[in-house]
Amino acid sequence: MSGTQTTYNDKVVRQFAVMTVIWGIVGMLVGVIIAAQLVWPELNIGPWLTYGRLRPLHTNAVIFAFGGCALFATSYWCVQRTGHTRLWGGPLIPFTFWGWQIVILLAAITLPLGITSGKEYAELEWPIDILITLVWVSYGLVFFGTIAKRTVSHIYVANWFFGSMIIAVALLHLVNSAAVPVSLTRSFSVYSGVQDAMIQWWYGHNAVGFFLTAGFLGMMYYFVPKQAGRPVYSYRLSVVHFWALIFTYMWAGPHHLHYTALPDWTQSVGMVFSLILLAPSWGGMINGIMTLSGAWHKLRDDPILKFLITSLSFYGMSTFEGPMMSIKTVNALSHYTDWTVGHVHSGALGWVAMVSIGSIYYLLPKLFGKTEMYSTKLVTTHFWIATIGTVLYIASMWIAGVMQGLMWRAVNADGTLAYAFVEGVKGSYPFWAIRWLGGVLFLSGMLLMAYNMFKTMAGGNTKDAPVIAPAAHHA
Amino acid sequence: MAMDINDLRSLVTVAGLLCFLAIVGWAYGKSSKKGFDEAANLPFAEGDDDGAASRTSHPR
Repeated sequence: MSGTQTTYNDKVVRQFAVMTVIWGIVGMLVGVIIAAQLVWPELNIGPWLTYGRLRPLHTNAVIFAFGGCALFATSYWCVQRTGHTRLWGGPLIPFTFWGWQIVILLAAITLPLGITSGKEYAELEWPIDILITLVWVSYGLVFFGTIAKRTVSHIYVANWFFGSMIIAVALLHLVNSAAVPVSLTRSFSVYSGVQDAMIQWWYGHNAVGFFLTAGFLGMMYYFVPKQAGRPVYSYRLSVVHFWALIFTYMWAGPHHLHYTALPDWTQSVGMVFSLILLAPSWGGMINGIMTLSGAWHKLRDDPILKFLITSLSFYGMSTFEGPMMSIKTVNALSHYTDWTVGHVHSGALGWVAMVSIGSIYYLLPKLFGKTEMYSTKLVTTHFWIATIGTVLYIASMWIAGVMQGLMWRAVNADGTLAYAFVEGVKGSYPFWAIRWLGGVLFLSGMLLMAYNMFKTMAGGNTKDAPVIAPAAHHA
Repeated sequence: MAMDINDLRSLVTVAGLLCFLAIVGWAYGKSSKKGFDEAANLPFAEGDDDGAASRTSHPR
């Protein structure tokens, strides 16, 4: 390539990367507040700041604001770098950034006001749902438009994962959010009864499977090889990993509805597909971790690699725990207890947040014309604080959850319940306090990250990097 | 013997499984190795890697 040098569009990556850290702090702060409300109920300042209204704000903020911005930043970076071309889409590109930020702000306003459609992880009312659709379709156009104009023949595996995430989330959002509006702030789902429940958890579980798994696996397949300085352990395995997830994830949703009005056979299908999911999940985890094979020493003093590899360990743990909890007899103990909350956070803090944090630490210096973060020591400190926080969180929830499950189903000889519900609440108190402490630690790590980020940004240059012709490498 | 919608559903499930097995066969076949090696090295053709000149992945 000669003549006028084209550059990558790093501006939008920069915007999303910085907002990842900001929204991470906001979302996790709300998480710490609601954890504190369970320990000190006086903190429920009503009606706007009660647990019931802040809890969906927490989940929306960490999943869609923090996780979403991380996905936008990393996918836009990866698709340009591995396709050797500038982002396609013109005005659609800034629209995805500003549109997504407006969605987040609207969520932060409407949820505390109690404006909600009541569907878990899809609480936002219909006008916001329409804006989400517009932003998401633009995202798809930008991403696949860039894939179409790539200057290399292959589509790198990370882009397959990002692309499947974009398509699946569009499908899930459109189907699950179908509703009849009765006013600007109120609508009713077009589904009812058990169909509504099944659609909701088909959506809910695939939001986990595609938004929170496939997208972040895209990150894994790009940033782990980059940071380790070697290609992925097995590209063949990555192809099988991808298609196995695609073929199985869509069927696992019914495990959220064990022992409900959902037909028994549907519950069993959901359980079987959840068990099958263990294989591709572990295949992917092994593929990521084994990429370090022969270079394990890098793990010793590279905190970014520590974040990435630890995230894969938590991915392995939670994708073992998940199938196990989907077994009906295990679910009879675990469902509706804090065990589920612990399982979710083993995935959310240990896997999703850590792989994002590692990837953003990789990107930040490059986006601001620096060779490394302002302080690598602080990155290491962040790593240990985050890991200890995560372990405290999930261990306390395991204990509380199993205890609750056992207490709820304990019966006396005459068949009456051995414990009143409130006795389970009382028993859970110390563990809720430990969970709050784990959350505080994880949040403190994010504050360190923000300090490190602003120090790295100071005096940095924000010139876009030139597009490198692929032929320069392949001799 | 009349076909009903459930037979079709079973057939689609079986076709899905066969399709997946065909993908596994293709991925682990000899012919895909060269292309996969090239693809696996795509992240390293960006010119921003210090001393990461040429790498080849192993046929695993």
